[in-house]
Formats: sequence, structure tokens, C-alpha cells
Amino acid sequence: MPFINFSKDEIQCKIVYYGAGFCGKTTNLQYIFGNTQEDIRGKMVSIDTKGDRTLFFDFLSLNLGKIRGFDIRVQLYTVPGQVHYDATRKLVLKGVDGVVFVADSLKVQRKKNIESLINLAKNLAEKGISIRTIPLVIQYNKRDLDGTDSEILPIEMLEKDLNSMLRVPSFPASALKGKGVYETLREISKLVVKDVSRKILLIDKQLR
Amino acid sequence: MNVVITRRDLDKINGCLKKMVSASSAHSVLLIARSGQLIVHSGDTLDIDISALSALTAANFGATAEIARLLGEEEFTLLFHKGRSTNVYFSALGEHVIMVTLFDDKTSLGLIRLRINQVQEELDQILSLIFGKERV
Repeated sequence: MPFINFSKDEIQCKIVYYGAGFCGKTTNLQYIFGNTQEDIRGKMVSIDTKGDRTLFFDFLSLNLGKIRGFDIRVQLYTVPGQVHYDATRKLVLKGVDGVVFVADSLKVQRKKNIESLINLAKNLAEKGISIRTIPLVIQYNKRDLDGTDSEILPIEMLEKDLNSMLRVPSFPASALKGKGVYETLREISKLVVKDVSRKILLIDKQLR
Repeated sequence: MNVVITRRDLDKINGCLKKMVSASSAHSVLLIARSGQLIVHSGDTLDIDISALSALTAANFGATAEIARLLGEEEFTLLFHKGRSTNVYFSALGEHVIMVTLFDDKTSLGLIRLRINQVQEELDQILSLIFGKERV
């Protein structure tokens, strides 16, 4: 649900990073926070447990500049990945405009990735949103573990598991090292802004 | 579903909020959507990151709504946090909006509540019109 403020010429959009526990959602936001100029970002807010697991969400707001005369403000959220925090995930999804699904490339996490994607589709459907129409990008995180003792899944297998039906843009990434983080953010922002621009044109016509 | 706030809507809301701030001696009043987005604010926000405050407020309300449901209540319609120098009063405005009032000990909780009650009906009417014409 983008907030379009015609008085201030400002649009606020909400992007949620979704995925199984420990897949790297918070690490994505931390990298963005640490590597973005201070004047275009707000404070990063995290509600987590002492074990560094997200309890409620992380939050970061970014100013993406102007599009068609409107200031675009993007609010990035993460959800807690653990299965039993489903009620919290539903709360964070309220008013979502776009989703980044962060998949863990570790072989042992294969089932959890699929379960989390199904959970996303179910929670969106409860809000009347189809996973097939909402702006969505998939990120295959932890690619830096390739060649180490930890066994990771090839991209082709992850694509088959998670993206064979959706066919959305996907990016290999290492959130810890920053690889693929901005590419993911750029793509989801582009999709969300495109979607919002389409809506502005519609609303503009309605208001005239 | 999109929410569009026109200049006319905003002027009416601002009028109510300014009246509320000056009559209650609060620092500031913010209106926040339940999804965590800031709609409008009036008064001195004390250099607070109001985007983060908006996100946390919505989360706070969402979490306490779950507590209310566990207790068999539909929702808690107001929350109050007392600090050493700043206090926060949260109140629900209909089903879509939360009003956040920041104030210090120069005024009282009773006066804040009284002034909120006085503008609440007017704000409810304006907001229900805005959210009632959500555009698909």
C-alpha cells in the first residue's frame, strides 16, 4: 500500500525482506545501512534477541530521489525467519509493496527455503495479494561459501526449487561481503517504483 | 490498494493537529498508518527519527493487539509510556491510523487525553473519508 502524498509530492513504499531463519535478511539491511550515505538513510532499528535472531523486525528507511516529481521514500523491513513467529511476519507484511525473498544457498537449508516461500505465498494471499503479481525479487545468499567445507546448492537447483513457477529476477549474493546486495535492492526498488508509477497515472486520471 | 492524501485533506488534518498541540502543550502529534508509514506530524519532533518512530509505533500497536486478543479483548485503544523527560501517548483513530502524542512534565496526561478526545471525532471523520476511498 504505497502512501501517495500529493501535497508534499512524496511517495512512501514498503519493501519486506523475507526468508527462513539465518538466511541473511538482517545482514542485507546492515550492509545497506553501513554503505549508504548518511543523508539519504535513516537510523537502522532492530528488535532482536540476545542471540542475534530477529525477534520482531529490522527497519531502515532510504530516500531514493525523485521520480516524476515525487520524492520516493522506501522503507525496508525484515521479518523473523523462525517458523513459530508467523504472527509477527503477518504483521510486518501489512501494507507491503514489494518483497525480496532471501534464500539460503546452504544445502541443509533447502527444505526451509521452500517452506518459507510457501509461507510467504500463504501470508500474502491472506492479505488478498498474489505472490505472482506483487513486485518480487529472489536473492540466493551465502554464495561466498562456495568452495568451503559447507556444501551449497548450485544456482540451477535453487532456481528450479524456488523460481521455476514465479520466474522473477534473481541474484546470487553474499550479504556478508556485500556482493549482490545493491543489485537486489536496485531491482526490487525499480519494480516497486514502476508499479507505483502505474498506480499514480491511474489515480491522476481518476482525480481529473 | 493505495491511500491518497490531497492538499485539502492534509490542511484539515493539520488544522486539527495544530489545535491539539497548542491546547495541550504537547511537543508534537503524529498520525501514523497501521502499516508503519507516517501520514503527517505537527509540532516539535525533538530531532527524533520519525520514520523509525512510525515503524516501531505500528509494531507496538500490532503486538499489543495480539496481547488484547489473548485476553479476549478486541484491541487496546490506547497505550502510554512514561519516560524521565518525555512521555508518549498512543491512541487508535479508527482501524487504520494511530495518533502519537509526545509530551513532557510541563503538561499532564489528563489534559492530553482531554484534548485528544476533543479532536478525535473530527479526525475520525476526515480519516474515514480518506481511507474509505482507497483506490485499487
